[in-house]
Amino acid sequence: MARIVQFENVGLRYGHGPETLSDLSFSLDEGAFYFLTGASGAGKTSLLKLLYLAQRPSRGSIRLFDADVVTLPRARLPGFRRRIGVVFQDFRLVPHLSAFDNIALPLRIAGVSDSQLRPPVEEMLHWVGLTDRAHALPPTLSGGEQQRVAIARAVIGRPELLVADEPTGNVDMEMATRLITLFEALNKLGTTIVVATHDYNLLGKVAEAQMLRLERGRLAAPPGLMAAPVRPRALD
Amino acid sequence: MAGAQRVAGSQPYSAGSLLPKGRLTGPMPWVITIMMFLTVLASAAGLALDHAARSLSADVSDRITIQIAEADPEARGRAVSRIVNLLGETEGAANITIVPEATLVAQLAPWLGTDLKISDIPVPALVDADFVAPQEQRTAKLAALDQAVKAINPQARVEPHATYLAPMARLVRGVGILSFAVVALMVAATCAVVVLAARGAHATHRGTIDIMHMLGATDTQVVRLFQERMTRDALFGAVLGFAGATAVILLVGRSIAAVASDLVRSVSLPGYTWFLLPLLPVLGVAVAWLSARVTLQRALRRSL
Repeated sequence: MARIVQFENVGLRYGHGPETLSDLSFSLDEGAFYFLTGASGAGKTSLLKLLYLAQRPSRGSIRLFDADVVTLPRARLPGFRRRIGVVFQDFRLVPHLSAFDNIALPLRIAGVSDSQLRPPVEEMLHWVGLTDRAHALPPTLSGGEQQRVAIARAVIGRPELLVADEPTGNVDMEMATRLITLFEALNKLGTTIVVATHDYNLLGKVAEAQMLRLERGRLAAPPGLMAAPVRPRALD
Repeated sequence: MAGAQRVAGSQPYSAGSLLPKGRLTGPMPWVITIMMFLTVLASAAGLALDHAARSLSADVSDRITIQIAEADPEARGRAVSRIVNLLGETEGAANITIVPEATLVAQLAPWLGTDLKISDIPVPALVDADFVAPQEQRTAKLAALDQAVKAINPQARVEPHATYLAPMARLVRGVGILSFAVVALMVAATCAVVVLAARGAHATHRGTIDIMHMLGATDTQVVRLFQERMTRDALFGAVLGFAGATAVILLVGRSIAAVASDLVRSVSLPGYTWFLLPLLPVLGVAVAWLSARVTLQRALRRSL
């Protein structure tokens, strides 16, 4: 299986502070499903930021889609970012755009015309159960609804890599199961999925999922298939 | 992912703007309105004064008056005749006019009253003429003419108009240049206002920009988004300021036309002004467009 992501001795520090991530070396296979776990402050969000190109590492090398993204010119980053779907922990919806427009945003950025983007956006709204809330603004949506909009926005462009930071943190178990099913469906279409989560219950819902566990900014174990029953030690 | 439904019934979908509705740049349009108002007025003043300075220079540069301050009226009359003859024979002299006594009386009336008889007091006789000479020979030729008229009557002397009005023309030209300097400062201030507004807009909408970047938007897309709105705001201010200034110029123009003074009336707008002034709001919007673009591009380059 081809590798979509390759980290070699990657370290990340913010400013002059201590290293948040240290000596990360691992690779992610194309089309695989990964859960990223670890205690609060272990560096999950920082690792995801490196994956969705919001940060460059302080040291080491990262290859993404067969390109060295550490030395990649800034002007070429947007092309790579369009191949990555991101579900942010804090959703990061545009507050003055409706749910419809927030979901449509990646397509509009990619240059899809308004007439062409309507069917896929409606399809995503239906899939995340927000058809009736299409014209609602994010501040009027509940936390769970906002999260579903964020997820719909992340997957609408059929990304090659989907990175999700605690995507089920604000939804009930039924919706969490539906979302994970959605991720699985995407995964079956070839999208590589990386989901950071604290939710033990999620870990057992994807049979083929592998787990990456971070401890204090270091990889506790290389990616590997999870043994059932899933209950990693370091989770809080 | 099948089974999509039409969203919100029959409500038509219209794309929401990526930036909030309303003014993006705070008071920038109103500041540009004021800037444009003052810029147009300063430009009009500069153009009018430059025109006036050129007119004054042209009017006075070749004109001379020969004053014959002879107390004896008969001798004065003879001198006038001989000087007119002399001028007629002098190369470069033309448009020779003896200033009529009635004109002299009218000019002295405010000080001496209207019942003045010109023969009662020794009022000098005046002879006006154009005197054209190459610039490098002008001083020498005027000195020669002065000597010649003094030979006719020792009380006669040549007075080039430039001697009196050239400093005025220089002052008018200087004020005109000052007006253009004010215009340059206004342009610089407009740039500064737009830069501040662009930085403010960037800071205010940083969250939206970050989201767009993370979703794959290029700097060009983000800049275009802000630039369109900022240019629209600048256009609003520029048009409003230009309209206000034009109204003031027309009102001042009517007031100047009603004033009898030749000097004041020389301060008029040349025809090409009405081609140049409308270019100012276009220039203002272009300056705003460019300032916003450069500012935003620099700000975006600081992020990943």
